[in-house]
Parts: sequence; C-alpha cells; structure tokens
Amino acid sequence: MDYVDYYKLLGIEKSATQKDVKSAYRKLARKYHPDLNPNDKDAKRKFQQINEANEVLSDPEKRKKYDQYGKDWQHSEQFEQQNQYRQQNTGQKKYAQSQYGEDFSDFFESLFGGGASGFGKTRQAKFRGEDFNAELQLDLEDAFTTHKRTLNVNGAKIRITIPAGIENGQTIKIPGHGGKGINGGPDGDLYITFSITDHARFKRLGNDLYATVDLDLYKAVLGGEITIDTLNGKVKLKVKPETQNGSKVKLKSKGFPVYKKEGLYGDLFITYNIKIPTNLTEKQLELFRQLSQS
Amino acid sequence: MVAINDFCAGHEIEISFISSLRESGLIEITTISDSDYIEKGQLVQLERFVRLYYDLDINLEGIETINYLLQRMNSMNDEIRSLKNKLRLYENPD
Repeated sequence: MDYVDYYKLLGIEKSATQKDVKSAYRKLARKYHPDLNPNDKDAKRKFQQINEANEVLSDPEKRKKYDQYGKDWQHSEQFEQQNQYRQQNTGQKKYAQSQYGEDFSDFFESLFGGGASGFGKTRQAKFRGEDFNAELQLDLEDAFTTHKRTLNVNGAKIRITIPAGIENGQTIKIPGHGGKGINGGPDGDLYITFSITDHARFKRLGNDLYATVDLDLYKAVLGGEITIDTLNGKVKLKVKPETQNGSKVKLKSKGFPVYKKEGLYGDLFITYNIKIPTNLTEKQLELFRQLSQS
Repeated sequence: MVAINDFCAGHEIEISFISSLRESGLIEITTISDSDYIEKGQLVQLERFVRLYYDLDINLEGIETINYLLQRMNSMNDEIRSLKNKLRLYENPD
C-alpha cells in the first residue's frame, strides 16, 4: 500500500489554510468532475483521488491525524484501535458513502476506515447515482429480430432484450443499472446507444430497405420470375416484360420491422440493374444484328 | 412529473435557482393548478445543473456554456460513430 500525498494531489503546501484547500479542491474538481467529463475513466479516477484528498484535508481532525500518521501510516493502526474502542463505547461510529463510488484508496481505508462524504457535505441531500453510458454495436441482421444480449457493466452481467427495428443511434434506458445512489438516493440508470453497421446489400431508411438487384437482359426484355434474398428469407418476384434499367419495384411489408410494433414492417424497394450479356457466340451476335435491323 | 417544491426540499436548494434555470431555457417547467412540475426525463439533467452550481460553484452563465459544449460533444461523438460505421464497411466489405 503506497503512501498518498494529499497535499501534492491538491497542489498545495502543508501550511495551506482551509481556504487554500477549498480553493485548490474546487479548481481541480471543476477540471475532473464526472459531469464535465462523461465516459472518461481517467478523469473519474482523478476526481476520486482529489475528492479523497479534500475529504481528509478539509476536516481538521482527519487532517491532524493524517499529518501525524500519514507517512508512517502503519503506526496509525494502534491509534485506530483506540479510536474504534471509544466509538463503540459511545455508539457513535458512523460511516458515510462517497458520491462517486466507494473507490477510496487502501491508504485512506487504513487510516480512516470506510468511505466518507465528499460533495454534499453541507447539503446532505439524496442524489441519484451517476448514469452510465455504453455503446452496443449491432449488424443490420441483428437489429432485424428481437433478441437477447448479455452485457458486462462494471463487472455485473445484465441480460437485455433488444426489440427488432431498433435504430442506429437510438438510446435505451436500463433503470437502476448506473452508479450507486448517494445518501440513500436511487441508483443511476444505464443508457445504451446502439450503433448499427451499414450493410453491404441493403440500405435502411427509417423502416424501408433499399437494394439493387442484377437482372439479365433476356428476363428484362421477356419478363419472368426471379428469386431475391431479403433479410427475412428468399422472395420470388415477377419481372414484367420490357423492364427498363434502373426501374424500381416496391415489395410491400418486406422491409424493416417497425420498432415495438409487432407484425408491422416497412417496404423493400428493389432497383433493377440490367446486365448486358458478354462472351456472345457468333450466332447470338447475328440474332442481335437481326433484332437491331427489325 | 416531479413537483419542484419536493425536488428543492429533497436537495435543500432554493426555488429561485430552478426559476433561473427555466428563464435561461435550460429546463422546462409545467405549471398545473399554480404548482410547478418537471418531467422525469429532465431530472438527470437538472441534478447535473444542481451539482455544477452548488458543488462546483459554477454560475448560471457557466452552466449554459457547459451544457452547450456537452451537447456539441455528444453530437460529434454520434458523427464519429456514424463515420466509423461507414469506414468499417469499406475496410471489411464482406
């Protein structure tokens, strides 16, 4: 367990006044506060360190103990035993919670026992815990069906159901899976933002899907039937005679499922890309020549 | 919805602070039968403003600026995510 120099952490001298401590702490807190650095683990860790330093140095009793035993913290155990004995006898032993988790250093725990209150010392208000934000990447195929996923959030496994039709950038809230509440306040929430990767064949716009399908010249001219792959399986499609290159057809309800509306789907729009035959035989070329002269 | 009076009592803060936030357009308050309420969806943001003001001594102008910059940061993060998606498609076409 390493000695933690709280004065160095706050950038102040050992002779600093309470006003100096408060000023240094506020300056650093404004820089590293989790509200100002969302999803920044380094800032959060730094904030916890300065919070701990402030907890000790802004409390004359704790500061005195720290100054007395700080560098030789091993000797503080004896002091602590005596102190605990006194507290047990008077029934005044009391631990508070830290606002941003319980991550006080081992050094702090050794010297002062459990966590202590940082912010909110003057206002003992109940606060919701910190909200957590996470990003979850899905393929378009994943987003097409309702399915379950297990997420690992700060060591806890959370199983969530992802409804079909979820959109790229959409955020869902998992209540109570954020940071712990403060002073008995409710736990924060977990917000998951979905990132849906683009698909090689299908483009999604809202609930509609768009795809380009190759069509051979003969079928385009004479008409017929083709089978196309959709995200929901194969679909047979009738091609009208004399279909033009770039023409579009709409397959009703073959698009993307509508979010949280079971059985409702968008449409699938197919654009035909007519392929001109290559490597023709002389006989085939001759037939084309005849066609061109007719 | 949560009554503003309850929120202020619970957090031990002045109602005038909430009024200032409303006047700055940072939160929306609904008035029903002479009582002010805030939508639950705005609570997280309101609590953030409370922490910035009371714990970090940031004044209202500072909160407005921070709020604007955080919104810009979020929108840039969204843009980065979208661009990463497109890039992934080019790098791994299969």
